[in-house]
Amino acid sequence: MVWAFEAEGLVKRYGKTTALAGIDLRAERGAVLGVLGPNGAGKTTAVRILATLLRPDAGRAAVGGLDVVKDAAKVRRLIGLTGQYASVDEDLTGTQNLVLIGQLLDLRTSDAKARAAELLAGFGLSEAAGKQVKTYSGGMRRRLDLAASLVGRPDVIYLDEPTTGLDPAKREDVWTMVRALANDGVTVLLTTQYLEEADALADTISVIDHGKVIANGSPGELKRVVGGQTVLVRPSDPAHLDAAGAIVAAVAGRKVESPARGVLTVPVDGDAAFTEIVQRLARDRIPVTELSLRLPSLDEVFFTLTGHHTKEDAA
Amino acid sequence: MTALAETGSEPVLTAPARIAPRPFGLVRHSLALAKRSVLKTLRTPEQLLDVTLQPIVFVLVYVYLLGGAISGSTEEYLQFLLPAIMVQTVMFAGMATGVNLNTDIGKGVFDRFRSLPIGRSAPLIGSVAGDLIRYVVAIASLLAFGAVMGFRFHTGAVEVLAACLLTVFFAFCLSWAFVLIGMLMRSPGAVQGTAFLILFPLTFGTSMIAPKETMPGWLQSWVDVNPVAQLMDASRALMLGGQLGNDVLWVLVWSVGFLVVFAPLAVGAYRRRT
Ligand SMILES: Nc1ncnc2c1ncn2[C@@H]1O[C@H](COP(=O)(O)OP(=O)(O)OP(=O)(O)O)[C@@H](O)[C@H]1O
Ligand SMILES: [Mg+2]
Repeated sequence: MVWAFEAEGLVKRYGKTTALAGIDLRAERGAVLGVLGPNGAGKTTAVRILATLLRPDAGRAAVGGLDVVKDAAKVRRLIGLTGQYASVDEDLTGTQNLVLIGQLLDLRTSDAKARAAELLAGFGLSEAAGKQVKTYSGGMRRRLDLAASLVGRPDVIYLDEPTTGLDPAKREDVWTMVRALANDGVTVLLTTQYLEEADALADTISVIDHGKVIANGSPGELKRVVGGQTVLVRPSDPAHLDAAGAIVAAVAGRKVESPARGVLTVPVDGDAAFTEIVQRLARDRIPVTELSLRLPSLDEVFFTLTGHHTKEDAA
Repeated sequence: MTALAETGSEPVLTAPARIAPRPFGLVRHSLALAKRSVLKTLRTPEQLLDVTLQPIVFVLVYVYLLGGAISGSTEEYLQFLLPAIMVQTVMFAGMATGVNLNTDIGKGVFDRFRSLPIGRSAPLIGSVAGDLIRYVVAIASLLAFGAVMGFRFHTGAVEVLAACLLTVFFAFCLSWAFVLIGMLMRSPGAVQGTAFLILFPLTFGTSMIAPKETMPGWLQSWVDVNPVAQLMDASRALMLGGQLGNDVLWVLVWSVGFLVVFAPLAVGAYRRRT
């Protein structure tokens, strides 16, 4: 089968640093591949190779069956890139940025202007279209950056940590957009440091560390390996701790832990358990100040998969 | 963002239509990128200080410190100095192109350009060509200030324009050498330092601030072969009248020489750097 994009055994070294140590990544047409990894894992390096910005030292990569080194020019007609660091021009306006890219993509100026207006409207930037990008907020910049990578209607789009530094509401906006892209049949490669984000968006997740894929599979498969979700309860009144603990333990059927004073956590297997905990707490009239269901953090995922924490990398 | 959902059945973000490549890509793309560069310059006028204020300071210093000593009067000295210092000003503007590019290519915008189906050299050509606006601003502000101080042309508009164009062409061709340095060096500071090492003997080893006859012999021989000295002489002749000689021809030969040597080297260094 022809993959929308495919990387096989990519190796990239910077002096003594091995950024990529033989990495494999692939996605079917219209799928979203989540590449999950801590700082320095090699996410950006892999994206840059797939985007023809960097040549691999070994291995091969192709987009739509075209080699990223030999057919780089053709590959560039198929891809859109939103880099980790803002790749729009601060001094230009939103419109000027998008029109320029349209012209570079061989659109006629009138078509480039129409396309720019269409995208700015689609990303809720019409009002700011004539303002210099340096006056934009972080969220607006990100949106413009995303719009810029869509001017040429690419088949494959690379989003390198598109939500890092955004507040939760803005993050949701980006998620909505990624889903819309996938619905339109665009293949997306998304890098992230959050399991939650990969889980929310990706069809397949590749976890990478030190330039290697250490786990690969659907979000469901991955969660089965690293453990599902965790419920966290903080009763308003510490006197209720024991009662709450009993409920949580009964529903989850697991040992309850207390990572901090007045807080209880327990791993659960599905959303149903959470609902039941909520109902039972209400029935027994145990008020809570905090009640949440969350996925393991990247650090917890890494600990499960590798036996070491992400922060040990520096050591 | 809600607008995304409202677009309904028609996929706004993407559609099957593929844009057909059009001919003369490199020229069109370079022009579009040159326009970007011009827009950026106009939007951040403070970046023009080095080509507006700085030369004016030079003129004031030379005219009032040296004018009396060299020409007997500041008025007279201004006539001698201005056509030559115009050359120096525009050359320094060309150096700034190399320094600025060194900072710019590290930024995300250049990554985006590289991911687009355009010639690899287009962003470089666009930036260098777009900086021509800085030369124009430099010349205009210097001549305007000169006029206020009492500088007068002694020739016609055609000659004056020819002096300006010759200067711009020479500086543009030489700027590729600074672009090459910009591509080879790590930091903007290093680019500037190296560029100064080249610019000083070129611009000061001339009759810019004092007549050649007053210099020691070895320096006179350098002035005789220095293309910048020839350009300054040509600029004086074209603005003030007098013997033009072969200077224009030599300047053109040197310019083309710089262009054909340094432009390909700079483009090559830019490709290797990425
Ligand atoms: N141009 C470079 N020169 C030297 N080393 C580099 C360069 N680019 C990346 N590296 C190194 O390669 C490794 C992988 O870097 P990369 O940027 O791909 O990681 P990443 O997963 O994108 O990290 P982050 O989450 O911080 O963006 C790191 O150790 C980094 O220091
Ligand atoms: Mg990165």
